[in-house]
Amino acid sequence: MTTTNLDTVDSRRRQRLDTVQRSLKSRHARERRFQGMGLFAVITALVLVTILFASILMRGVPAFWQATLYLDVHLDPEVIQVDERPVRQAAESPAQFRERELVWLNQLGMVNWNGLIDEALKAHLPGEIESRQTRDLRALVASGERFALRDRVMENPGLIGQTISVKMLASADVDVWLKGNIDRSLADSRQQLSAQTREWADYLKEQGVIRNSFSTALFLNTDSRSSPASAGLAGAFMGSLFMMLIVIALTVPLGVASAIYLEEFAPRNRLTDLIEININNLAAVPSIVFGLLGAAIFVGYLGLPLSAPLVGGLVLTLMTLPTIIIATRAALRSIPPSIRQAALGIGASRVQTVFHHVLPLALPGILTGSILGVAQALGETAPLLLIGMNAFVANVPSSPMDQATALPVQIYLWQGNELRNFFEARTSAAIIVLLGLMLSLNAVAIWLRKKFETRW
Amino acid sequence: MSFKKSTLSMAIAASLAVGFTTAAQARDTIQIAGSSTVLPFASIVAEEFGASFPQFNTPVVGSGGSSGGLRQFCQGVGENTIDIANASRAIRSGEIESCNANGVNDILEVMFGYDGIVFASRIDRGEFALTPQHVFAAAAAQIPQDGQLVDNPYTRWSEIDSDLPDQEIVLVIPASNHGTREVFEEKVLHAGCDSYAEIEGDACNSLRGDGRIIEIAGDYTETLARLDAQAEAVGVFGLSFYDQNRDRLQVATVNDVTPSLETIGSGEYPVSRPLFFYVKGEHLDVIPGLAEYTEFFLSDAISGYGSPLEDAGLIPMDDEERAQALEKFQARTAVSAE
Repeated sequence: MTTTNLDTVDSRRRQRLDTVQRSLKSRHARERRFQGMGLFAVITALVLVTILFASILMRGVPAFWQATLYLDVHLDPEVIQVDERPVRQAAESPAQFRERELVWLNQLGMVNWNGLIDEALKAHLPGEIESRQTRDLRALVASGERFALRDRVMENPGLIGQTISVKMLASADVDVWLKGNIDRSLADSRQQLSAQTREWADYLKEQGVIRNSFSTALFLNTDSRSSPASAGLAGAFMGSLFMMLIVIALTVPLGVASAIYLEEFAPRNRLTDLIEININNLAAVPSIVFGLLGAAIFVGYLGLPLSAPLVGGLVLTLMTLPTIIIATRAALRSIPPSIRQAALGIGASRVQTVFHHVLPLALPGILTGSILGVAQALGETAPLLLIGMNAFVANVPSSPMDQATALPVQIYLWQGNELRNFFEARTSAAIIVLLGLMLSLNAVAIWLRKKFETRW
Repeated sequence: MSFKKSTLSMAIAASLAVGFTTAAQARDTIQIAGSSTVLPFASIVAEEFGASFPQFNTPVVGSGGSSGGLRQFCQGVGENTIDIANASRAIRSGEIESCNANGVNDILEVMFGYDGIVFASRIDRGEFALTPQHVFAAAAAQIPQDGQLVDNPYTRWSEIDSDLPDQEIVLVIPASNHGTREVFEEKVLHAGCDSYAEIEGDACNSLRGDGRIIEIAGDYTETLARLDAQAEAVGVFGLSFYDQNRDRLQVATVNDVTPSLETIGSGEYPVSRPLFFYVKGEHLDVIPGLAEYTEFFLSDAISGYGSPLEDAGLIPMDDEERAQALEKFQARTAVSAE
């Protein structure tokens, strides 16, 4: 009786083991499959990101270096016939002085700066250059360089009569030609430059007059259409900076204050529920909707100027606020209730509890959330298009009320520039600059989190 | 934590103060918007203007298409409305009416040159020698066959004319927010339509809806990107855009005339149009530099032969035409709805 019983128990156990053994293989296989799929997903994502970055870097990095002419320009007093630079007299009102200064500036503007550059070029080129070839000659230099030369003399009129060495950007077409971004074997009629200019460009490159130098213009100049080679990001950078300052000044205090109130003080009722749902919904509203709202309210109703970083900043503030409120609330919620109870237990008021204990502990989370929110706002383009920030602006804005563009909008504008084979690289370079800014913002967020992180 | 509270309120107060004090200041930068065909030209003038006149700021030039620009222009008078609308077509009487309704009465029209519209295809595909009739036959919704209107049967160019390349018909044209579209309809479609007695009026404008006509609302780079994706396609471009991208595009002749500065200037090439900008007369004494900008634009050094605008692909007006345009502006003759 007992042996048979034992037998059956034993056989049941063996049966069970058998079943387990049999299913084990398929269970392991399932795990391997899942892990494999996960690994595949990660690898695919990594490969795609690498392709994206590699293609941007490959196209963009060469644009940080630009064909540059190193010339000695003789500031011939025969050509630069201007009066002495006016100095403000004691008896003069600022308006009177400005008038005299303008007369002088206009004189300076009338000088044939191109002629001076022509002479400097001719000194390096072989053979006699006739006046009918002037057009080919001028195609070598970026047309904005004549203003750069003028500004140099304007700042230091004592230079007149001297020979100064200047770095001048070669024109965009020359840059394209020397970098091989246009097929060199194409027929004359399909080339952007005349045969003569191409020959000269190659000759000057050989002579070392044209060198591929790091392009400071990309960072120091504003956008330019009349002289594409001089186009830079300075204006867009300042526009973005002003917007980010406004976004930070408005969203961080407003967002953190509303999150603290909602999380720590507000009573739980239908009204606060409604508010909470709406904040979550707002965070999911497409950014272009905020742009439409901004155009209607800030520009249309309040009469704020078009294309101004102030309006852009306000629109992006609206967009970023929900993100920051949600991040701050999550950070506050992650503080263990024991901290609050302990503070209340030793007699702290609720305000003291929040500001002395909860908020400092939640700070890393709040900072991370805010920085990520601001980084997102920095990269936003769509709402800015609707408030006129996609305009062509050739001034560096000096206040948030001046017209400006923003970095991502500048990328969009360069992407649409008709001079494709020059601006394709320029666009990628701008993307690299913007990505660099984003990555450093994110790095700051990570560093802050690590620095202030508390474990309990 | 009174410190945090005070910084918070200070930050808010400061940002509000910035908003209110500066909003009261007069705008001293000219604001321009409109046609993306005119944009490169206007931007060049704006830049040269800013560099040549130290007393004025560099004007700000936005895009948005001719219609978009004129709509903004007609929104009213005041600092937060634009001063100049660029247009690649003349203003319509409906637009003048809406302008007038919003208090914009002094609409000063300035014509500054011509632009050609070209058909171009990828350089590695067949060469096209088009006529308006070819384009119409390729684009129309319905064409007459044996005395009856039938849905457009053509799928390859060679079916329309055996001299055309044996290529799929895909035509990339500007959408109706562009002034270029109007010229395309007027100078190409209508001209082609006239060769068919059976179709008249609005029927000339109805395009086939089977995906062979692609409308582009953005600028010409978008059209170029289309040609990269659909190698067989033929795109409609401005002459200046084609000029800058000759290494990728080849241009089609129309009625056996190759578009160029010369053939368009002489009127030999049929598909060209005048370019305009519209100045808001009410702003002339308010926004500094507005009149100077206009006169600078019309000067020989900027928009004449050998000027930076010609280099950028504008077909200049001759001296007499330019003098007339300047005179018209200086007399402040406003356009009115008939």
